Amino acid sequence: MEHSLTNATARVPAKSRLKPDTFPIHDVTCTVKSNEQINGEYYLLILSAPSEILDCRPGQFFHLLCPSKGGGNPFFRRPMSIYGYFPASGELHFLYKVVGEGTRAMAQLETGEGLKVLGPLGTGFTIQDGWQNLLVVARGVGLATLTPLAQEALQRGLNLTAICSARSPEMLMSVDRFRELGANVILVTDSEGSSGVENLERMIEAQIAQSGIDAFYTCGSNRLLKLLQRLGAQHGIPGEIALEQQMACGIGMCQCCVRSLRRGGKIIHERVCKEGPVFDLQEAMEW
Amino acid sequence: MVDIAVKLGSVELKNPIMPASGTFSEDLAGVFDLDLLGAHVTKTVTPEKRIGNPTPRVCEVQGSMLNSIGIPSKGASHFVREIIPVYEIFSPPLIVSISANTIDEFARICEKVSVPGVAAIEVNISCPNIEEDGKAFAMRPSTTLRVMKGLREVTDLPLWAKLTPNTGETPDVARAAESGGADALVVSNTLLSMAIDVKTRRPKLGNLMGGLSGPALKPIALRMAYQCAKAVDIPVIGCGGIATVEDVVEYLIAGASAVQVGTATFTNPMVMPHLIEELRAWLFAEKFQSVNDLIGSVRDDEAADSVVFMEAAP
Ligand SMILES: Cc1cc2nc3c(=O)[nH]c(=O)nc-3n(C[C@H](O)[C@H](O)[C@H](O)COP(=O)(O)OP(=O)(O)OC[C@H]3O[C@@H](n4cnc5c(N)ncnc54)[C@H](O)[C@@H]3O)c2cc1C
Ligand SMILES: Cc1cc2nc3c(=O)[nH]c(=O)nc-3n(C[C@H](O)[C@H](O)[C@H](O)COP(=O)(O)O)c2cc1C
Ligand code: FES
Repeated sequence: MEHSLTNATARVPAKSRLKPDTFPIHDVTCTVKSNEQINGEYYLLILSAPSEILDCRPGQFFHLLCPSKGGGNPFFRRPMSIYGYFPASGELHFLYKVVGEGTRAMAQLETGEGLKVLGPLGTGFTIQDGWQNLLVVARGVGLATLTPLAQEALQRGLNLTAICSARSPEMLMSVDRFRELGANVILVTDSEGSSGVENLERMIEAQIAQSGIDAFYTCGSNRLLKLLQRLGAQHGIPGEIALEQQMACGIGMCQCCVRSLRRGGKIIHERVCKEGPVFDLQEAMEW
Repeated sequence: MVDIAVKLGSVELKNPIMPASGTFSEDLAGVFDLDLLGAHVTKTVTPEKRIGNPTPRVCEVQGSMLNSIGIPSKGASHFVREIIPVYEIFSPPLIVSISANTIDEFARICEKVSVPGVAAIEVNISCPNIEEDGKAFAMRPSTTLRVMKGLREVTDLPLWAKLTPNTGETPDVARAAESGGADALVVSNTLLSMAIDVKTRRPKLGNLMGGLSGPALKPIALRMAYQCAKAVDIPVIGCGGIATVEDVVEYLIAGASAVQVGTATFTNPMVMPHLIEELRAWLFAEKFQSVNDLIGSVRDDEAADSVVFMEAAP
């Protein structure tokens, strides 16, 4: 049974990458093309970015040096998933929720201003050759992290179903984007009572019976993690989850961003910024 | 051409800029050419495996940070087998930072990492000495002397003692390290601190308390570097809050022969190569031929002894 997507060779060994001709991690100042509130507390930031930083993988992130604006003075950089990367038009998109000092400062960025971004960082999602039917289940801002998977599925001609969950229909962002990318979108909300675990389980079981599912992808919710771990184990379906943790360096040096994982009967620690943010679904632990 | 090479005893550095332990790893090679640096300093390694502290392991404080990473370590054997060889392809001297809870364990790991490819050993004595009362070795001259003597017996490599600001006896600790056989002092490690979230009333670090680093630490570590440079004849390496070329220059003037850069790399991963270029430019603009003419050039000669050796703020 193929349970682990954690392809050891995909995690580039440190030694072979040490003396590159060009450096894979870039620290560049991008120009803000637009930065708009799209609903409630969510903002879409579009940066004009040089092509060398747009060689990204779905699930990777950038480390953003937030400006000192809006009375705040955030010290650390802030990790943000890549919501979209477009080498042809030279654009890098982020979808973010304002929660504190750093994101509040980001929300004040105006068109034409510069923003320093470091990346692309981390290990992204994997899609194994031969897979046809992918299922994305995500909630809230986690949808941002999973959207580039739909972009890749489209490019590779794979079927992707996205179950998008939110508090209320107005909070569902990025649904249009999933649709544009050819995904089969299913909306569930708390306010309509459709986001409960039993309902999700019914929908996923139906999907498995109908067309089969080759892999699950999720992030950001303990409830979804538990459900998908159970279904994955029952049906032998592998999966991946993107996890979050506070970061200082973002590139693997400081060890502050570790998460506990279950592997080989032991509990181990791995860095969200380096081995992650994407981890094997069955290895992930509730938090 | 300005000469920016420095000598720390027998260790020659092509420039005085190196990373601080725990804020650097080979991962930084993804950002720039690590051959640019004066030296490479690895994260402190302990004899046995250690898991490290609970998260959150870092938090922000105004313009600086606290950490309670807690030295997660895969142990000395793993380090010698897997990490030291990674640095073979680089030219700067490799400095290996070690720590342990007892003098015996310290000696054991010191021997173990005294292998080809290692240019010097940095002794992180800011960790608790569990044979005595759990206070860090570097908090007192007596424990500092004992541990450095113990290490001096088991290795021929240069030993750099890394001091802590959590002491009221900096010059005495510095002299004790020197008498114990240290070849250089690194000044300093982080300052014990705390931060509390006023809404939840929870400490912001999982380990409740942690070490302050970044710009807020600089005046304290600079004062210590100055005191140490006055107190000993071995080279002093300044460390704490360095983010700009003025910070580097300030430490050199105070008497440091080289500096380590830590926290600044987190927000600006290119900071070290930039500092090297800016230091060269600064020295050129100020008409220095060699960085060595700047080191220890502080104009404190009119100050009275009582001021120089002040141990508490008035
Ligand atoms: C790999 C990764 C990808 C992410 N992608 C997105 C995204 O696409 N959109 C989005 O809105 N958010 C995303 N987040 C979460 C985002 O990083 C935090 O919301 C943000 O750092 C909060 O900063 P703040 O200053 O506004 O909040 P504050 O609460 O004031 O931040 C205080 C400190 O805690 C850290 N922090 C707070 N919440 C989180 C969190 N959830 N994860 C990690 N660090 C946190 C901050 O970085 C900062 O260091 C991602 C996190 C990670 C780790
Ligand atoms: C995240 C983090 C981890 C650290 N780990 C170590 C360590 O393992 N060993 C050590 O001697 N010092 C460690 N330090 C201390 C630094 O090496 C340095 O002494 C201190 O941060 C002050 O320098 P700075 O202000 O430039 O960061 C660590 C500091 C930070 C911020
Ligand atoms: S944020 Fe520093 S190791 Fe992950």
